[in-house]
Amino acid sequence: MTSVISITGLNKIYTDGFQALDDIHLDIEEGEIFALLGPNGAGKTTLISIVCGIVNASSGEVKVRGHDIRADFRLARQQIGLVPQELSLSIFESVMATVNFSRGLYGKPRDDAWIEKILRDLTLWEKRDQRIMALSGGMKRRVLIAKALAHQPRVLFLDEPTAGVDVELRQEMWELVRGLREDGVTIILTTHYIDEAEEMADRIGVINKGKIILVDEKQALMKKLGKKQLHLVLADKLSQLPEKLQQFKLESLDDGQKLIYTFDTQKEHNEIPLLLKTLGELGVEIHDLQTEQSSLEDIFVELVGNKA
Amino acid sequence: MNIYAIKAIYLFEMARTMRTLMQSIASPVLSTSLYFIVFGSAIGSRMVEIDGIHYGAFIVPGLIMLTLLSESVNNAAFGIHMPRFTGAIYEILAAPISTREIVIGFVGAAATKSVILGLIIMLTARLFVDYSIAHPFIFLLFLILTSLSFCLFGFIVGVWADGFEKLQIIPLMVLTPLTFLGGTFYSINMLPPLWQTITLFNPVVYLVSGFRWAFYESSDVSVAVSLGMVCAFLLLCLFIVHLIFKTGYKLKS
Repeated sequence: MTSVISITGLNKIYTDGFQALDDIHLDIEEGEIFALLGPNGAGKTTLISIVCGIVNASSGEVKVRGHDIRADFRLARQQIGLVPQELSLSIFESVMATVNFSRGLYGKPRDDAWIEKILRDLTLWEKRDQRIMALSGGMKRRVLIAKALAHQPRVLFLDEPTAGVDVELRQEMWELVRGLREDGVTIILTTHYIDEAEEMADRIGVINKGKIILVDEKQALMKKLGKKQLHLVLADKLSQLPEKLQQFKLESLDDGQKLIYTFDTQKEHNEIPLLLKTLGELGVEIHDLQTEQSSLEDIFVELVGNKA
Repeated sequence: MNIYAIKAIYLFEMARTMRTLMQSIASPVLSTSLYFIVFGSAIGSRMVEIDGIHYGAFIVPGLIMLTLLSESVNNAAFGIHMPRFTGAIYEILAAPISTREIVIGFVGAAATKSVILGLIIMLTARLFVDYSIAHPFIFLLFLILTSLSFCLFGFIVGVWADGFEKLQIIPLMVLTPLTFLGGTFYSINMLPPLWQTITLFNPVVYLVSGFRWAFYESSDVSVAVSLGMVCAFLLLCLFIVHLIFKTGYKLKS
């Protein structure tokens, strides 16, 4: 796959000395949905802002579809649409006027058919003549998306797009994002909702304290770093683990009422049959059993926690 | 050049003016008309002529300049400050537009409004006092150059100000006193020699004087010097705006 965004050795040090980005190297592939995860203050918004031209980098290089964001800023920026985190809108404008304004800013002539399409897709068409100040928070968020799409960008940055929106709108936005991806738009998403990344992303990057600590395919990441656990609820408590069970490195909970066996998802064979057989030989009666798989959230917390 | 972007910013700003006609046009026209009524018609009729010009007519160029300066600064400052205040400036900074295009859009719209306002005030003055314009071309040149340079200055104020109070400081605390003391209501030749010299440090003197020359061929300083001062101020403002975008001062982190 070709890189649509290529970031090399990117650093950002603010005037107060705070290093927001530390030697970032990242390639975003054409047509993918890339989720950038990280705790508050990790550098997600700074990274996006530099690529979009809102913040100046201290050093490093960023190319958008081969165009350097400084030397060739017009061609680089024409490719990009940005949905910011804050509801930053001129509240006295009408929806239609502000979306047309955005298209003009990106050097595109007026295209009523396209603007109507995106306003309809975002269920904003009926509100096109309303002033933005009269819209709800969710509607304002849609206006921001409409503005970002007004010039038909090939790369779309969504900085916490579903922060503060209801479940229904979140689902609608996910649908919209999938639709854009089908149209060939590359999407870079930052989010606090890890289930959002788990649901939508093709690849995941984790940033913490200004450093990219991991980039991988979502499925590969979950397979590599995810773990499965077998929870066994015993009929009778085990006051002490028998010698024969030591090899399984079991975790004992509830005074021996519950045993947890953690196994590697990457291993082709696990030792569950052997464990169950051993328990049977020892006469340990199992009352209930279930398996659990770690979510992306568990992986994220572990990653960020380990690097903290 | 990104013509569509310039057009978008220009029309956006002009639409803002149209939405606020009472505040943008009617209010300054009314307040300037009050000056014409009080100083031009009422008191002016009892005043002696200055440099052979009836007092009511003498103050017309200065009063147009008074409104022009403050409205140019106010309008341009508000135009760039508002998107900074709401955060909507992100879109302009992220768009494929050069500094020059941003400035042409914002300052062009503000200057257009100022020129329209200046012409309306000039026509309104006709209702109260009798005057003539000896050099219409020079009149227009001063009107446009002054509008442009003070709109640029307003743009700088709008970037510099980090609140609405600061936005008002320059027009109210600096420009209005300088205009009142810059020969709007009198010829600086009427002042004692020491004050004449001090007054020459007031840049507004050159604007009012040059503008008055376009009306009556009468001025406190040479019209060429006046034009030179306006052009110098324009270039200074352009240089500061260039520095603002080059360094990202208060616009980019």
